Amino acid sequence: MSGPQPVAQSEVIAGARSQSEPLIKAGSGYLSDSLFEIAMLACGVCVLGLVALIIYELARGSTLSWHAFGWKFFFRSDWDPVNEQFGAWAFVYGTLVSSLVALVLAVPLALGVAIFITEMCPAWLKGPLAFTTELLAAIPSVIYGLWAIFVLVPILRQYLEPFLGKYFGWTGLFEGTPYGIGMLAAGIILAIMVIPIISSITREVMTAVSQQQREAVLALGATRWEMIRTGVLRNARAGILGAIILGLGRALGETMAVTMVIGNRPEIARSLFAPGYTMASVIANEFSEATGNTYLSALIEIGLALFLVTIIVNILAQVLVWSVTRGMPARGHA
Amino acid sequence: MPSPNNSDLTRVGLWRRGKDVLATIGAAGAVVLVLVPLIAIFGYLVYKGIGSLNWAFLTETPKPVGEPGGGMANAIAGSCLILLIASCLGVPIGIGAGIYLAEYGRNRFGDLIRFTADVLNGVPSIVIGIVAYGIVVLAQGHFSALAGGVALGIMMIPTITRATEEMLLLVPQTIREAAYGLGVARWRTTLSITLRTASSGVITGVMLAFARVAGETAPLLFTAFGNQYWNWKINQPTAALSLQVFTYAISPFDEWHRQAWAGALILIILIVVAVSAVRVAASHGMLKGTS
Repeated sequence: MSGPQPVAQSEVIAGARSQSEPLIKAGSGYLSDSLFEIAMLACGVCVLGLVALIIYELARGSTLSWHAFGWKFFFRSDWDPVNEQFGAWAFVYGTLVSSLVALVLAVPLALGVAIFITEMCPAWLKGPLAFTTELLAAIPSVIYGLWAIFVLVPILRQYLEPFLGKYFGWTGLFEGTPYGIGMLAAGIILAIMVIPIISSITREVMTAVSQQQREAVLALGATRWEMIRTGVLRNARAGILGAIILGLGRALGETMAVTMVIGNRPEIARSLFAPGYTMASVIANEFSEATGNTYLSALIEIGLALFLVTIIVNILAQVLVWSVTRGMPARGHA
Repeated sequence: MPSPNNSDLTRVGLWRRGKDVLATIGAAGAVVLVLVPLIAIFGYLVYKGIGSLNWAFLTETPKPVGEPGGGMANAIAGSCLILLIASCLGVPIGIGAGIYLAEYGRNRFGDLIRFTADVLNGVPSIVIGIVAYGIVVLAQGHFSALAGGVALGIMMIPTITRATEEMLLLVPQTIREAAYGLGVARWRTTLSITLRTASSGVITGVMLAFARVAGETAPLLFTAFGNQYWNWKINQPTAALSLQVFTYAISPFDEWHRQAWAGALILIILIVVAVSAVRVAASHGMLKGTS
């Protein structure tokens, strides 16, 4: 650390030269200190201001649609820009179903990965594995979408969907023409995208469980799996739930990859093979082409709903994660 | 790793041992299943991208449909312009707010800001796009690089704020006290001693935020909007790499699909380089610097 030294030394000299002067004046004083604190405070207030601005902008933009349709906006399924009739139920439904499919697929895998990395794998493999799964989180959404269009969708159309339709068609979830593009494709790509989030936070809360818990359970003669189940997972369950909800929050707001594979048709169908539409995708597709103020306002209202839902989901998740990791030292960034 | 129960295997029931083995296989299987898409995505990117990557791609603007050739040079430049605007906005505010939280914000008000930053972090990117549209595009009357930069800049702030705070808090209190003891003013201590000690960690945070917004597409759709031609003006619609990849991917033309893969490869190379730089910076990180 050679950088700061000259500063410190000059201050020392200045201090030595004028020993009678109060120290508070050295380093150009009280005023600059206050100015600095005010500047930093302004940056902090900026963060508050931004969230207030987001809420204000969304509320202002959506008043027109709110006055026209009220609460019923979210429960009507007609989306007719020509006659200016708007209802968001098809998008709400699409968002919920695609996120649910994603969670059903992602949660077991993400937990498996977290358990393997924290409890089972040899030490030399830990770093590389953690890094690789986190690399999944760094891939931009549009690249997931690109890959899904040209690789995942053909696989679904030719192999997976005919197979599911043949053996599980009776459930009603897997019937109809296997287009490839549709709810199932969106759910799978979302699952791949939320796995790194769920598994990295699960890892964090599992690491927060004290080592003595593990040793105590092992000393009672438990096998390693019994130790993980009773000693670790049970103690970390609130945090793991938080991790899952955080994944849900990400899935709800995810836009590009879903838009590229879900089919973008505002229909409600029981089958996962059918195309759908989500709240985020309808904004992405129609916002810049929206003609008419009511149309734009309806889209902004969907944005407001999306904002409020993800905020609530994220706050809930934070509280759950804190309940486990509270009192732990700040985690080091490796 | 040997099983912890090696010595008394005989006393552990066959069923319990079986479950243990099954759980291990299950967890390892999950890892393999998760790695498959990762490898597949990178494999396809390299396989499809390298074939379409050539000098023209990096130096020319897009050609009209049907004409072969052309490239994404204007989109690469546009992405750089938008990211530059975003960084100018997001980095100073983010670091400033982080300094406030670490050095002055150990109170109720600080908690409120900390909480708000976490909330901002969870806002879907498309919603940020709507806000940037409302405050910049509507005010200007047309789409612009500035609007895209504002949207991405807002997204950078919470990540940088929390990373800066976390890193500043890791700097030992004694270092600050040593500076105070020498008569250094508090603001000078914060900037020249504390922030400098934590600099590699703060840079890590900035790079992470940068990597996160570099590939963002959704907030650019109706802010930067895209452009077929060169544009260096910040108040004009601008092409961006991620936007171009999206437009080409959903188009029905093979030639454009080819270019979408090449664009995606360039994008991922930029991001992987940034993330790797983060790893290097972190391994020579601030913890080594202070201890």
